[in-house]
This record gives sequence, C-alpha cells and structure tokens, in this order.
Amino acid sequence: MRWLLILMCLAMPARAEEIVLGLSADEVGITATFNGSDILIFGAVKRDSPAPAGPPLEVVITVSGPLTPVTVRHKERRFGIWLNTSAAHVDAAPSFYAVASTGPLADVLSDTEDVRNSISIPRAIRSVGNDVSNSADYTEALIRIRESEGLYQVLDGAVTIDQETLFRTQIALPANLVEGAYDTRIFLTRGGAVVDSYETSIDVRKVGIERWLFNLAHQMPLAYGLLAIAMAILAGWAASAVFQGVRR
Amino acid sequence: MQLYLPIAEVSVDPFLILGLGGLVGILSGMFGVGGGFLITPLLFLAGIPPSVAVATSASQIVASSFSALLSHLQRKNVDIPMGVVLLIGGLIGSVLGVVVFNYLKAMGQVDLLVKLCYVVFLGIVGGLMLLESIRALRRVRSGAAPKRRKHTAVQNLPLKFKFRVSGLYISVIPPVLVGLFVGVLAAIMGVGGGFIMVPAMIYLLGMPTKVVIGTSLFQIIFVTAFTTLLHATTNYTVDIVLALLLILGGVVGAQVGARIGTRLRAEQLRILLSVLVLAVCIQLALNLVIEPAELFSAERGQPL
Repeated sequence: MRWLLILMCLAMPARAEEIVLGLSADEVGITATFNGSDILIFGAVKRDSPAPAGPPLEVVITVSGPLTPVTVRHKERRFGIWLNTSAAHVDAAPSFYAVASTGPLADVLSDTEDVRNSISIPRAIRSVGNDVSNSADYTEALIRIRESEGLYQVLDGAVTIDQETLFRTQIALPANLVEGAYDTRIFLTRGGAVVDSYETSIDVRKVGIERWLFNLAHQMPLAYGLLAIAMAILAGWAASAVFQGVRR
Repeated sequence: MQLYLPIAEVSVDPFLILGLGGLVGILSGMFGVGGGFLITPLLFLAGIPPSVAVATSASQIVASSFSALLSHLQRKNVDIPMGVVLLIGGLIGSVLGVVVFNYLKAMGQVDLLVKLCYVVFLGIVGGLMLLESIRALRRVRSGAAPKRRKHTAVQNLPLKFKFRVSGLYISVIPPVLVGLFVGVLAAIMGVGGGFIMVPAMIYLLGMPTKVVIGTSLFQIIFVTAFTTLLHATTNYTVDIVLALLLILGGVVGAQVGARIGTRLRAEQLRILLSVLVLAVCIQLALNLVIEPAELFSAERGQPL
C-alpha cells in the first residue's frame, strides 16, 4: 500500500500553489427581460509553504462561449459598388471570449504558454481557412467586429490580487449571448510560466417562456408558424373592431 | 427597459419596435403597401439579425394588411375577384421566386442581387409614379378633362371577365401575369410586393386608385402568410415576440393610415408614395456606392 502512495506522489508532484475557486453564479438564465449579466469570479491560492521569492504571482482568467464556425467576408469595390469578393472560413471561434489578467497579458504570460493553453484572443480562434492568402487580416477583422459588439473583451489589469493570495474579477456578459456552456479557466503564472490552472463552466440557458417559445419553434415549426399567422390575423381584426367602436 | 427576443437572441427596447411597427402601419393603411421594403431595413438598424428580420416582418405585414383590409372592405374598395386572379399568379410566382432565390444563393452574392433588385425596381416604380402624378395634378389644375383610356392590345386577349368593382371588362391573362411577376420579385426580395403591385394595377390594368389599394392588401395577406409559414418551417427564423411588438404598433398605425388616406386626393397619395419609394431607393443605392466603415463582415455558423 505504501509503495502505491509513493508512486502516486511521484506521478503527481504536489503543486506548490493551487487554486480554490468561487463563482457568483454557475448558471445564467436568459429570461424575457435579460439584459446581460455580470459574473463575479473570485478565489484564493492555497499553498503548503510560504510564497516563493522571485517574480510576483499573476492571475489570468478566461471565459469562453460555445465555439462555432464563422464565415468572414471581405468587400471590394467593383464596377463602382461595394460587394463581397472573397471569404475565409474560420473552423472554430468562441461566440464570446473575455480574457482578464492582473497586468498586461504580454507581461504576465509568455508566448509559449499562450500557444500551449490558447489564452489570448487570436490563439483562442482556431485555424482560419487557407482559401485566402492574407488570412491574418480576416482574423483581425473578426476580432475587431466582435470587440465592437462587446463579445470579445481584453481586460488587462481587471483581476485584483491581495497578498498574492486572494484574487477577484468581474466579467460583463452582454445581452446577445449564445446558449451553452461557458468554459471558465484560471491560470496562475510566475515570470510568464503557468504554475497552476483550474477549469469550470458557467451554464447559459434560456428559461421560462423564452425556453418554451424556442422549443416550440424548433420542434413544432408548422404549429408555430400557424400560431404566428393566427396571432397576426386576430390582432388585425381586433384593431379594426376597436377603431370601429371608437368612431361610433 | 429591454426585452430579450427568444429566436433573434438579442435584447431590444420594446418601445422602439412598437414605434417602428406603428410608422410602417400608417404607411400600409395609407398606400396599401405592406411596408416590408421599409420594416426590414429598419429592423437591421435596430440590431435584429437579417434572417430573423426578413421572416418576422412577413408576419407583421399579415397583421397590418388585414387590419387595413377590413377598413377598405367596409367602404367596398376591394375587388375580390380581381384579388383572387392576382393571387393565383402570385402563389405560382412565389414558388418560382424561391427556386430562383436558392439558385442565386448557391452562386453566392444573393445579398447584393437582392439590394440591386430593390434599387432598380424602387427607382423605376418611384420615378414613373412621380412623373405621372405630377402630370395628373397639372391636368387637374388647368381644368382639362382627363383623357379616356385608349383601347390597347390588352383589351383584345381572350378569357374576358367582368370586374364589377373596378369597372373593368378585361382578359384574366394580364392580371395573372402581373401577379406572377410580383410573386417572383416578392419571394426574391422578401416583401409583400405592394409597391410594385399598386402601380402595376393602376398603369397596366387601368384600375381606379381607391380600389387598387384594398385589392392589393387582399393579395398581400395571402402571399405574406405563405412566406411566414415557409420561413417558420424551413429556417426557424420567425420571432413571435418581435412579431407581437411589431403587430401591436402596426395594426394601430394601419387604422390611422387608412383614415388619413381617405382624406387625401388620389394624386396626392401617389406623389407621397413615390417620394417615399425614391427615398428608400436612394438610401440603398448610396449604401452600395459609399465605402463602408467596416469592409469585413462575420457570419456565425451553428455551434459545434
């Protein structure tokens, strides 16, 4: 029995610093009056021995919405009008992505670690199709468009850390959210190297009448369409009848 | 206050949408156009995804057109036999139009072709109507008696039928063709087609303006109801909450519009409609010509 324990200890060297995490909510319900939501992500660093000397402890937190393929189109002027001339296909881009850190991301995270863990926004977007030569322009454009819609957020310095132990940040989820699991990752870094990471997920779901209507539209589309038409005819008739009454 | 739309998956200000519905409803009641050519671009501006905007505005047009039709029915301004003849052509046309639409979609560029269609047809229709109405107004002012319509080739076709309300005795072939043509365009452009139907009925078929509006509404209701069903069952893009907001605004607007319409003279109505059509045409044309602020656009696919 003892040799097994020793073996386990060798296989998983005890980490000097570990993350203990809390979330203000692990579920976001999209209701009729949903207008975005703020998620508070907080936690502590557990350690067996005093904090090591050297570069300070930094924290990077990412929240990623479900991945979807994206088609990015580019307009050019032809015959005096602007039209889509070329398109690039992105295999998978997060529908929402926020990366918050204790300082500028380039300072708290080395390039190697960024590549390994896909942390910064360009790294979180997978493979822009090779059907265009200047694929970098398309990735940049996608990031620019989604940043302007509040869907991609770079929050340098948004994570506060006390005594190298307690950390917290707040992520604003906009109203135009896609349903699904929002993967939340926390990385502890020292001198740019990741010393520990933790992963959890926030469930974003439509609830109540929103859920019911969405299901009806997808599961019984004919009934849903007829319902929409019946509602339209009824409303048209009702308005006419009411105005008749007013005139008399 | 904000309201989250379950199918569009965005949240909007419900009063803004009510206002948009009301504005388009007034136009619908006044001119007998469904207003699809206005409500769809306005919804784009309000941040509704294009596919949802196109599908949902169809169901809104059903409501405001039905409300306006009822007021026209009471004044006996609807030529139902003519409406049925137009509708037969219209339904055949919309099926053809969907085939053409899917063919263009496969080639890409459907977006551009739809916009070009808008610019060309709005431009032709609006320009012709404006010229004709100004000429008619001048004629009235100078006191000259309006000329009687000359007999043309249209009068010599077979299958003649008496359209009592319109005071016409013509072959059913021209109205079926008009309906067919409008049906094709309606399916491609995602609108009811009233803005093409109304001038076609006045200038090609020679129907009186007052009857034209009610009859056009009659035909539009069936075509847009059909479109709504098609979108709901194939693309799942009809947002019933958005539709309800638009409808509430729209039906009230349509009643107001129908009453304003009865107070204005036919020539004045035509000038107003033509100015409106030209304004939308110019706006769309400028969008095609002026360099956009963002040259790239992103379209999200289904989640993996």
